[in-house]
Amino acid sequence: MSTHYVSEAPFDPHSVEQLTPEQEKLYLASQWQLMWLKLKQHRLAVASSVVLIIIYLLALFCEFLSPYNLHTRNTDYIYAPPQRVHVFHEGEFVGPFVYGYSYQLNMENLKREYAPDTRNIQKLRFFCRSDGYKFWGLFETDVHFVCPAAGGYLFLFGTDRLGRDMYSRILHGAKISLTIGLVGIALSFILGIVIGGIAGYYGGVVDNGIQRLIEILRSFPELPLWMALSATLPVTWSPILVFFGITLILALLDWTGLARAVRSKLLSLREEDYCTAAQLMGARPGRIIGRHLLPGFMSHLIASASLSIPGMILGETALSFLGLGLRPPITSWGVLLNEAQNINVVALYPWLMLPVVPVIIVILAFNFLGDGLRDAADPYK
Amino acid sequence: MIGYILKRLFFMIPTLFVISILVFVIIQLPPGDYLETYIAELQSQGESVDPDRIRFLRAEYGLDKPIYEQYFVWASGMLVGDYGYSFEYGLPVNEVIGDRLFLTIIISVVTIIFTWAIAFPIGIYSATHQYSWGDYGLSFIGFIGLATPNFLLALVMLYLANVYFGTSIGGLMDPEYIDQPWGIDKLISVLEHLWIPVVVIGTSGTAGMIRRLRANLLDELQKQYVVTARAKGMQEKKLVRKYPLRIAMNFFIADIGSLLPSVISGAEITAIVLSLPTTGPMMLNALQSQDMYLAGSFLMFLAMLTVIGVMLSDILLAMLDPRIRLQGGATK
Repeated sequence: MSTHYVSEAPFDPHSVEQLTPEQEKLYLASQWQLMWLKLKQHRLAVASSVVLIIIYLLALFCEFLSPYNLHTRNTDYIYAPPQRVHVFHEGEFVGPFVYGYSYQLNMENLKREYAPDTRNIQKLRFFCRSDGYKFWGLFETDVHFVCPAAGGYLFLFGTDRLGRDMYSRILHGAKISLTIGLVGIALSFILGIVIGGIAGYYGGVVDNGIQRLIEILRSFPELPLWMALSATLPVTWSPILVFFGITLILALLDWTGLARAVRSKLLSLREEDYCTAAQLMGARPGRIIGRHLLPGFMSHLIASASLSIPGMILGETALSFLGLGLRPPITSWGVLLNEAQNINVVALYPWLMLPVVPVIIVILAFNFLGDGLRDAADPYK
Repeated sequence: MIGYILKRLFFMIPTLFVISILVFVIIQLPPGDYLETYIAELQSQGESVDPDRIRFLRAEYGLDKPIYEQYFVWASGMLVGDYGYSFEYGLPVNEVIGDRLFLTIIISVVTIIFTWAIAFPIGIYSATHQYSWGDYGLSFIGFIGLATPNFLLALVMLYLANVYFGTSIGGLMDPEYIDQPWGIDKLISVLEHLWIPVVVIGTSGTAGMIRRLRANLLDELQKQYVVTARAKGMQEKKLVRKYPLRIAMNFFIADIGSLLPSVISGAEITAIVLSLPTTGPMMLNALQSQDMYLAGSFLMFLAMLTVIGVMLSDILLAMLDPRIRLQGGATK
């Protein structure tokens, strides 16, 4: 009789295939950690998020970073071209400086002609005092990162028809242009989840009605409807009210895509056992949707929401460009571009079109980031 | 098939009805009506306002009636081709619009054809040559095209044409043909000018379509039937053309539903920048002066155009794909 052999050594399930610490970390990682790992592999998305963070920081500190205030007029320098920053003057190291302008009015076409005056060297000052402002509305200060030389000028991106520095205005405009997308998406996120949640959870007639409404809203060409709605904002409204009005209008048309996603996910998830269990234990619909069902696909929602931010930014830019959106003194990139509507002016002073550049950069970055997020949203694939 | 088309047509009616209500609400949204603005304007100029005349005007335009009756008058008028009255121009909307709607339709249709013609070969190339340099390059250009809003593209093109060629590329026909009746010469002149707005409007749509076509085709190319056909020694070109492409075609047609609203939106704003004689600039004008009946009719037209376009694409899709025809609905 041979006895059954039992090894004395403690059992190790991984004895055949040893798990490396990295693998172990991967297996133990939570869903959000996995998403983060996957997002990190998407180089373009990582680069884009860095760009976006930088741009948002620029917007956050725009008063400090810009040499002038939003409304500072330099009436002597109307439509001045961008100045180049030099470091060497005739082979000699001077430090960062700009040349002053020599100004002449061309009597033939009445064009203001500026040329750099190489005898007039204006050294830039850093961490200096210039226009006063209220930092974040909290305390008064007049410290700027960079200012022109005393008595000199610094127009990195040129000036507009009132002699206002375009560089400062673009930085200030970033604040509005960038927040309108976020505020709008937050609104449409709430709308989408609530309405899509109702449609998906209850199904039946409610679902049918909401589906038809979504179809109808989607069959409107977006921009003309935006235009019509923003034209109905009363002219007596203060600019800040108009800002919220425009955001609301942008969000009112945007929630449909999210609502659809929420609905179709809920329709399948509500059949799951854990949902039935929650129902049997007496949880209310609001709790089931919010606590049990939504977290399951929150990552997808965030990814698709981030993809519609650029649309909102563009919407605001287009509306303000047409003069139907935000109104001065509120300044966004679209409001700045409104000045570029007249092609004859643009042909003479092309730097008025510069706000196009940050718009395109931000849109591209949001698109890439959204793409990366969408890929990462499903880390188990 | 005929049954499907009829069903589709029937479903269009409630959609258009709801759209018309929405548009009417938008028309009514601004506080006061046009006459009140008109009276205020006259008074600010120090002119006296004859209350009898105002009452007459009010009755003439039906502004004294309750709101649902005003809607009824407006909507039923639309059915027989009476689109209301433009206060600013002092003319019926029909006469104000003239060619504009027609030109908008032309531009939209040509843009869609352009989008298809460009996106189709490039999409196939990108999918069959995945991760090649060509694919990367085209994807990159596509991304730029997607991110550049078309009104900015229009602005940049206007600027470049102005600086390098010294000409204005605005407008849709040579000046001598404006207000002339349609003829061959006028048509040729329009076609000569058409390509700029078409390129401007079509770019982002084309870029989007290339990306979607590429993704769809890639999905198909990884399926087993493709592997089977390849294993049996089928030629690569014939293989792609024969099977995956046919399935990708479906979505291609279906995509017009999402393409059309964006093309029409793009056409509007591009027309404003390039000052084309289409609905865009006039709608902007009407909105700015709160000539709401005119603006509302434009909005209604554009929405109708979209609804009809989507319906056409659905019917095409049903002709192409028996699954949709038999199940009675597009599955997305």
